[in-house]
Amino acid sequence: MTTFTPTTPAHTLETVQWAVSEETPLEILGHGSKRGIGRPVQTEHVLDLSRLTGITLYEPEELVLSAKAGTPLAEIEALLANHNQQLAFEPMDYGPLLGLEPGRGTIGGALAANLSGPRRIKAGAARDHVLGVLAVSGRGEVFKSGGRVVKNVTGYDLSKGLAGSWGTLAVVTDVTFKVLPAAETEKTLAVTGLDDAEAAAAMAGAMGSSAEVSGAAHLPEGVVGRFLKGGLSGGAKTVLRVEGVGPSVAYRIDLLTRLMKPHGAVEVIEEKRSRTLWREIRDCLPFADGTEAPVWRVSMAPTQGHRMVDAFRRAAGANAFYDWQGGLIWLRMEADPEAEVLRGLIGHFGGGHATLVRAAPAVRAALAVFQPQPAALAALAARLKEQFDPKGILNPGRMAVA
Amino acid sequence: MSGPHMPEPDAATLKKRDEIVADMALIVPGEGVVAADREMRAFESDGLTAYRQVPLVVVLPENVRQVSRILKYCHERNIRVVPRGSGTSLSGGALPLQDAVLLVMSRFNRILDIDFPNRAVVAQPGVTNLGITQAVEHAGFYYAPDPSSQIACSIGGNVAENSGGVHCLKYGLTANNILGIEMVLMNGEVIRLGGKHLDAEGYDLLGLMTGSEGLLGVVTEVTVRILQKPETARAMLIGFPSSEEAGQCVADIIGAGIIPGGMEMMDKPAIHAAEDFVHAGYPLDVEALLIVELDGPQAEVDHLIERVEDIAAKNGCTTSRVSHSDEERLTFWAGRKAAFPAVGRISPDYYCMDGTIPRKELPRVLSGMRELSEKYGLRVANVFHAGDGNLHPLILYDANKPGELERAEDFGADILRLCVAVGGVLTGEHGVGVEKRDLMPEMFTEDDLNQQIRVKCAFDPNHLLNPGKMFPQLHRCAELGRMHIHRGQMPFPELERF
Repeated sequence: MTTFTPTTPAHTLETVQWAVSEETPLEILGHGSKRGIGRPVQTEHVLDLSRLTGITLYEPEELVLSAKAGTPLAEIEALLANHNQQLAFEPMDYGPLLGLEPGRGTIGGALAANLSGPRRIKAGAARDHVLGVLAVSGRGEVFKSGGRVVKNVTGYDLSKGLAGSWGTLAVVTDVTFKVLPAAETEKTLAVTGLDDAEAAAAMAGAMGSSAEVSGAAHLPEGVVGRFLKGGLSGGAKTVLRVEGVGPSVAYRIDLLTRLMKPHGAVEVIEEKRSRTLWREIRDCLPFADGTEAPVWRVSMAPTQGHRMVDAFRRAAGANAFYDWQGGLIWLRMEADPEAEVLRGLIGHFGGGHATLVRAAPAVRAALAVFQPQPAALAALAARLKEQFDPKGILNPGRMAVA
Repeated sequence: MSGPHMPEPDAATLKKRDEIVADMALIVPGEGVVAADREMRAFESDGLTAYRQVPLVVVLPENVRQVSRILKYCHERNIRVVPRGSGTSLSGGALPLQDAVLLVMSRFNRILDIDFPNRAVVAQPGVTNLGITQAVEHAGFYYAPDPSSQIACSIGGNVAENSGGVHCLKYGLTANNILGIEMVLMNGEVIRLGGKHLDAEGYDLLGLMTGSEGLLGVVTEVTVRILQKPETARAMLIGFPSSEEAGQCVADIIGAGIIPGGMEMMDKPAIHAAEDFVHAGYPLDVEALLIVELDGPQAEVDHLIERVEDIAAKNGCTTSRVSHSDEERLTFWAGRKAAFPAVGRISPDYYCMDGTIPRKELPRVLSGMRELSEKYGLRVANVFHAGDGNLHPLILYDANKPGELERAEDFGADILRLCVAVGGVLTGEHGVGVEKRDLMPEMFTEDDLNQQIRVKCAFDPNHLLNPGKMFPQLHRCAELGRMHIHRGQMPFPELERF
């Protein structure tokens, strides 16, 4: 087995061209912090981009940053923080959940996995912030898409097409992202003691108000003790985050307090603890337990999430909590993944998708880690893959049942 | 005028026209087929009125089954299809072809579901952009992207063009505000992407579809995200003695961490044309005028207005006014919103461009435009989405004077080349269409364009949907599929491996 670690886009291209000519598949890696997600890739050779690094452009007043794909996300976030800016899509860190160190991951990986966080419901995911890419296709050809300006409709948006493609369409060498000012401050309003259904109603009310909530999560009794080192007391918490300038945050917390009081007892979590809490929610802390117990990440219409979970629990033992106003459900299984039951219920409750983000390799190899698609859609996806990577050399089998 | 070079009409299709018209009438009974030449004239162009072509036949289906049958029929017989929403494209995206069925989606005009708890609206593609807001505003909600054609343009067309508007720096483009679509592929297959949930289970086909200009599929249903209307909005009018100072003020506002709901700039010719037309009270002695709108809770807006006033003063503004009522705010906007018709009053014709540039390049691009204006002997007025760098130069010409339209088009092409040269792009929101198709190689290499066309090959391998748009040349998919293998050594042998 050979690991290629190119330091330039030209070397990356050379490696892919060689693999094409040899018809030998490559596993595409950054830091490998999300290597445990998807079906295990078994290739003789690895293309490791962790040394293809460097921030090549950062113009805070133009809201734009470009970097080589292997640049550590942590380095980018630190630079942005120095200028009171951020990647507004709040990329989660899968490390703790997958039993790895926190703080790893590359900017290329953030795009390949279409990362996001609690702010997804207000600010979008990586796909919503990528402006342009330079990449090598599985044909061994360099192509670019997009640009460095925030408003651009010139040609197909291949940058979005690569978001969430898990390295199966092309090897991205350079990415450009839109960056945004970081909020000056934040606070969180917590409502105590709601069950899942009551919480869904409360969160829908908050999101539908003019309080501009940038995070809405429900932490049922079974997980709440894991947050803030057990500092949230008194039962389940439904938490609502407000970010912005001081006077605005104060005003909106006040507005939310009035809205939420009829639902249950409320308390305000101040800036510092609020930041910690949302980082813990973002990184799925309650299930970062060092085990390989199966963990599902499910996306559904927000009001349907708790209904599906309620039905699912009648069939299988699972612990759950909710982000994205109830539309993102993290589920940790007590035993087997129960993929068919889960996906059947998701379909029954209005549709969505479930990804098995953690499980032992043998489990992942034996079932569809990503949500299976209807035939016509799956055929279209296969044709798209064929157009980017006709010889199937990039991360073969990672997303689809090969 | 000569018009753009479009794909050669297929003689066999033209010959079978009567048969095709009859078959279309079987698929869409009643009033759904328009075949009389006189009646088809209403569809011969879109918002880019310089180009006109009567289609083979106009078909107005009313349900997804009919769309599927029409596309399947055309797919099997190798007949081209041009989809059309409301026909407001400024780039010729819906320009008909002589040998193509024009598939008009205007009868898909119903809102199917309003779901406040999930903040989603499901609409048929012919519903207007403004129609969505009007359906939910009683509950305080709205749909954020607001292209200036919003009273007429359809949500399906917005998906095809990834439409923006003045609020998109803060609220995003269409791509950031839709949750899902139902669409029909050229072979007649119906697929759904997304829904009321977030993100895709596989490849982001929704992201590829948005802005694909009707070349990949026909949208038959759209699920959009709706937002609660901001509690308040206040606007400022800020005048500067030069565009450099105005540009620096914009950079400083954003540098201070403020993202206004809207931030527009006008140059002197545009200010004068607008003021003469609507009397909005714009200062006439300034070289550049900014309209900055802050929206959100009252406490936030008042706080930020003060900060923007300070930043404007530090950058040497000569006038600065803040709106104190919604009526006054709308007056501030009236001139900007009427800028195009205002320019239409001072010139028989105008040609609107749409490049985007890195904002800091504005002075360079404006002075380049002044030089080009002299070279071509045509005046130009500029309105500018200042926050995101999207320029709308309006080139003034008279189509009745021989050669002026061609000169205006050459001038426009040079402006777009200038945008690309400073790191910008050909189009920020109007689309490539027919208009900018032949300029694509200014921005993309052949490999870049070929990879884009390969995406089309996955959706429409015979290039039957909206050909002649976006790409200067559509290579056959079989040709593009060939691999050129570089038999090579192990790569970079000089480097260590692990």
